[in-house]
Amino acid sequence: MTPELKGFLLVASLKILVAFSLVNVGVIMVIWAERRVSAFLQDRLGPNRVGPLGLLQSLADGVKNFTKEETYPAEADPVVFVLAPVLSFIPAMLAAAVIPFGSPLPGFDMTLPIIGQIVYSGEIPMMIADLPIGFLFILAITSLGVYGIVMAGWSSNNKYAFLGSLRGSAQMVSYEIAMGMGLVALMILVGNVTLTEAIARQQESTWFIFPLFIGFFLFAVSSLAETNRLPFDLPETESELVTGFHTEYSSMKFSMFFMAEYANMITASAMMATLFFGGWDIPFTTWDEGPASYLRFFATFGVFLAKTWMFMLTFIWIRWTLPRFRFDQLMQLGWKFMIPLALGYIMLIATTVWVLDTRGVEFGIVYSLILFAVNLPLTYVLFSILDRGKVLGGSQHKRVKVSA
Amino acid sequence: MAISVKVMQRKNQEISYLRAALKGMALTFSHLKRPSVTMQYPEETKTEDWKLPERWRGTHRMLTDEQGRAKCVACGLCPQICPANCIKLVPGEDEEGHRYPLVYEIDEFRCVFCGYCQEVCPEEAIHVGQHYENAEYSRDRFVYDLERLCAQTHPVSTLWDPSDARGE
Repeated sequence: MTPELKGFLLVASLKILVAFSLVNVGVIMVIWAERRVSAFLQDRLGPNRVGPLGLLQSLADGVKNFTKEETYPAEADPVVFVLAPVLSFIPAMLAAAVIPFGSPLPGFDMTLPIIGQIVYSGEIPMMIADLPIGFLFILAITSLGVYGIVMAGWSSNNKYAFLGSLRGSAQMVSYEIAMGMGLVALMILVGNVTLTEAIARQQESTWFIFPLFIGFFLFAVSSLAETNRLPFDLPETESELVTGFHTEYSSMKFSMFFMAEYANMITASAMMATLFFGGWDIPFTTWDEGPASYLRFFATFGVFLAKTWMFMLTFIWIRWTLPRFRFDQLMQLGWKFMIPLALGYIMLIATTVWVLDTRGVEFGIVYSLILFAVNLPLTYVLFSILDRGKVLGGSQHKRVKVSA
Repeated sequence: MAISVKVMQRKNQEISYLRAALKGMALTFSHLKRPSVTMQYPEETKTEDWKLPERWRGTHRMLTDEQGRAKCVACGLCPQICPANCIKLVPGEDEEGHRYPLVYEIDEFRCVFCGYCQEVCPEEAIHVGQHYENAEYSRDRFVYDLERLCAQTHPVSTLWDPSDARGE
């Protein structure tokens, strides 16, 4: 083996280790955070017994679930029934592979005992793979999670599980369109789909939350729907479908669905942080864009974690506040509101970008502020439509005059 | 014929979905700062605004006289009135004609903690108590014999007083 190959293998395996444990520890932390934050929102304390502040509660639950009995429904399809949690868990873990979690590290050329000389020339990008298909990979992989839900519901041979999986697939397929189209506007600005390029473009101008405010709104709402979190947790709806698609699952198979949900939530939060909030970019400074160093990596890594956690806490906050949509309202919002809005928004952004480019405006802060100004009136119109209950207003928009 | 439903004409701000959602978010956020109402049970058994009520009917207790003997005269009223049939009483009599219980057992598993035994007792001997932590490792430990009933030390329950119905 050449020193270069050794270096590459070492770096790649270390990055896989870091990214994978980041997601897994993140899942454990976010389950704990969900229970604690929900408790605080309801004037309770939440789990605080296992370990300091109850931090080890999720681990204890994991151990408990490993040792519990696995039950199989008599009429369940055994192969598909076992395969379903795996198919929902693996894509959730895979999606983290392309998210850059910090600024690059410097390359190295050193000699280690046993291994010998290892060389990594150039900077080490802090993601498992800097794929040229970027966030398309995440969209594609997270969509695979719907197979897990469909298979779980179908193989359980349980009418509640089946209804849950039907709802889940309908919902995830609908909102994927809005999600993908919301990102087309971002693609126009970046000119590419790689996440590193998206971060670089945000460092050049401003964070994309400003020029693409509606795009962020579309993406955030769709990712709530994609991760099956309240107010879009129609596949689970414990009030009507027991627990939906995972009704028949027990022990670790249930835990895998549970972990997949939270891993998806981490991916969605990391995507929002990366695409619209500058990723690992430290705001109001250009220091982090300098040459690669360990200090820069750790600083930007911390900033990335902080941004991701901010979104996760918002997810939790939303879940413990908003009531669930009715299924027809969910479909109305998806098909009659989000998708037309996303299409219109692509046209608007494309036109504005075309006008700005033909006028010779340099891509930078002014460029994105002009786009922000274009977003503002649209935001106002949008929210006033939503607010006046024309789309989601229950019975208000169907006023019936009753004669005496 | 379709049923026509009367739809209330409400103002936009009352039916607005978005404003209601934001209001809800603000409300839950304001709860983050409020103190928790949780009582940390095994460490705390009472808080400022909650303690075990005076009339709590829990584990039984047999009161004793100055010589340490049970006050019970084995009149048989408590097994008679007990709706759960959980009291086992075998009366005995000494040379001077004093009646006393030879066997007095209460099955705390069968007991429904109605407190009738305390109400009916003419000697104020058997009581239900302000006590609930009576877990055991085996089922037969829940049959309390006379010795164990006398050894209980928790405060006893007070009876409901009709002239002071709210306990004030």
